[in-house]
Amino acid sequence: MSGKNGEAKHPFQFMACWELREMLGRRAADVQELLDGLEEVPLDSIYFHTHSYFLRHPYISGPYPNDFANWAAIQLRDRVLGERLAVIDPFEVGDLEALRNELVTILDDHLSHVGSVPRIAYGELFFFMQSRILAVPAGIKARTLTEFREGLERVDSSAVYFHVLAAITRKGKRRNDFVSWIEDGLGVKELAGRVAAINPYATSLEGVRKNLVELCESAERAAH
Amino acid sequence: MAVTLDDYRTVSPPGSVDILRRMAEKLRSRRVLRINANRSGTGVAEMLERHTPLLQELGIDARWEVMRGGEGFQAACQVLYNMLQGEEDRFSEEMLQQFVATNRENAQQLSFDADVVVIHDHQPVPLIDIRPQEGKWVWRCHLDIARPQRKAWAMLRQFLVKYDAAVFSLPKFAQRLPIPQFLIYPSIDPLSDKNRELSELEIGATLDRLGIPRDKPILLQASRFHRFKDPVGVIEAYRIAKKQNDCRLVLAGTPTSDEEGRRLFAELEEAAANDRDVHLLRLPETADIEINALQRAATIVIQKSTREGFGLMVAEAMWKGKPVIGGFAGGITAQLIYEVTGYTVNSVEGCAYRIRTLLNNPELAAKMGKDAREFARWHFLITRNLGDYLALLTTLLR
Repeated sequence: MSGKNGEAKHPFQFMACWELREMLGRRAADVQELLDGLEEVPLDSIYFHTHSYFLRHPYISGPYPNDFANWAAIQLRDRVLGERLAVIDPFEVGDLEALRNELVTILDDHLSHVGSVPRIAYGELFFFMQSRILAVPAGIKARTLTEFREGLERVDSSAVYFHVLAAITRKGKRRNDFVSWIEDGLGVKELAGRVAAINPYATSLEGVRKNLVELCESAERAAH
Repeated sequence: MAVTLDDYRTVSPPGSVDILRRMAEKLRSRRVLRINANRSGTGVAEMLERHTPLLQELGIDARWEVMRGGEGFQAACQVLYNMLQGEEDRFSEEMLQQFVATNRENAQQLSFDADVVVIHDHQPVPLIDIRPQEGKWVWRCHLDIARPQRKAWAMLRQFLVKYDAAVFSLPKFAQRLPIPQFLIYPSIDPLSDKNRELSELEIGATLDRLGIPRDKPILLQASRFHRFKDPVGVIEAYRIAKKQNDCRLVLAGTPTSDEEGRRLFAELEEAAANDRDVHLLRLPETADIEINALQRAATIVIQKSTREGFGLMVAEAMWKGKPVIGGFAGGITAQLIYEVTGYTVNSVEGCAYRIRTLLNNPELAAKMGKDAREFARWHFLITRNLGDYLALLTTLLR
C-alpha cells in the first residue's frame, strides 16, 4: 500500500534483460516436420519463437508476430498457413502448453486440407531454438507514480519485456510486475486494471511502453 | 586515441552501454582467455583486437593469445578449412599428426590459467586435450560448416565433444553435438574506418579519386570478386534494370589471386567493356575508407551471393542507411527482413525487379534504409556482440 503523498513503501526496481540464444539441433524442412518438432520440443522453445520474438524485435519486425508464421509465409511460401499462425494471440491463449496445442492444431488442420505436405523449395530450414534470459538491474527505481512513469520512459525496452511478458509466461505469475506494484505498492487499483488489460502481443515493446506511459499520465492528471 | 565503451553511447541502442557495465559487474576480475591462429589479417583477429580492450575496460581480466605453427601446420589447417566448408579435399594422416603435434607444442608455451577459455575456429581445437581441471572451455566457430566433409568433421568432432559449449554464427551452422550450442551473430564496429561517419567532403573526394561520378543513382556491390558473390549476375540484373532506369553500377573488391579469380575478373572486364556506367574497382583489403565512402554514396547496395558465410557487408550497408538487395544465402537472410530492411532475391530477374522497385520509389528506399540502420543498431553492432559474450560467460560460470 502507498504511504504519504502516494509513495510506495517498497520502490519498484526496473530490471532489464539480455537473451542468450541456444540451438536445440532440431530442424524442419516441411510442415510435417514443423508439427513433429512442435509436439516434442521443450516449452522454452515455444516461448522463444512466440513470446521472446518481441524482445528480439523491439522496433522493427517481420510481417508476422512470431517465428512460425514468418517461416511459413516467407521460407515455405505458404501465405495461408502464415496468416493462420500469425493470428494466434498468446495473450488470449494462456499458458505455453495451451499455445503449443493451438499451434499443433492449426498445422494438423492445414495438413489435412492440402494435397501434399508443403516443403521449402528455395527457403531456409526452420531451426528450433530456446534462450536463457539474464536479468540485469537497470539502475532505475521508483517510489511514486510520476517516478515510475519517468523511469518507464527512459528504461531499456528489454525491461518492458522482462516485467510484462516474461513475468507472466516465464515466471508463471498471475499478474505482470507493473500491475502488481501499481496495485499493491501504490494502491491505485483502477490504473492497475487498465495496465493489466494491455495486450502486449498486439504491438511492439515500444508500443507497450507508449501505452503504459499514456495510462500513467492520465492517472497522474486525474490525481491532481 | 583508444576507443572506450562510452564512445559507443551515441551509436548503440539507448542504455545498452549501461547494461553492459551492469552485466559485467558479476564478472569482475574473472579471467577470460581467447585463442586463435592469427594476430591480424582476418575478421576474427580484427574482432578480437577490438573486443579485448573493451572487455578489460569492463573489469574482466581478458587475454588474447595467438597460436603458432609452421608451413606444414598452415597447409593442414587450410585443407581442414576447405573441407569443413564443404569442399572436396584430402586431410591425410600426416596432416593430422602435424595438426595435433603443433597444438601440443603450443600447449607447452601457453598458460591456460583462466575461468573461461574461448577457442576460435578450427586451428587450436586440439588444445582441449591439455585443458587443466579448472575452467570452462568454449569453441567459437566462425566458419560456415553447414555442410562439412564428413571425414574432416569426424576428426574435429572427437575434440569438440570435450568442450563445455560451442558458439556458432547461424543456426544452420550448428551440428549434432552433445554440448550446448549457442548462437551469437558477428558484428560490425560502427567506430572503425569502414563504418564511421564520413563527411560529404570525404565521400566526394574518395569517389573522385576512384573515378566514380555521382550524376546518377549508384548500385554497389562491395565484395570479394568470387563466383559465390555472383558479380556476373549483378551485371545482368543491372542491364535489365537499366532498360527503364538510368543508373551506374560499381563492383568493388579484392580479386582472388588464383586461376579462377583471374578468369572471373577477365569475364567481368569483358562484360563491362562497352558500358561506361559499369565500374570494376580492384581495391586492396585495407581499403576501408574507400568501401565506406562507396557504401555511403550508393543508392542501393547489392550483395547477390549464392553462397555466403554471415555476410557482414550487408550489416555495414544497413548501418549506412542503405536498402540492401541480397542473395538468399548464409547470414544474409538473418540480416534482411523482407520488404522491411531490404529484399532477398533468388534470381537475376528478382534482383533486377527489386532494383527497379527501389529506384522508382525513392520514399520507399529511404524508409527501408532508415529501418535497416535501426535494425543494424540493435542486432549487428559490437555492443550487442559484447553483451552476448557477457551473457555467455555469466551462463558458463553460474
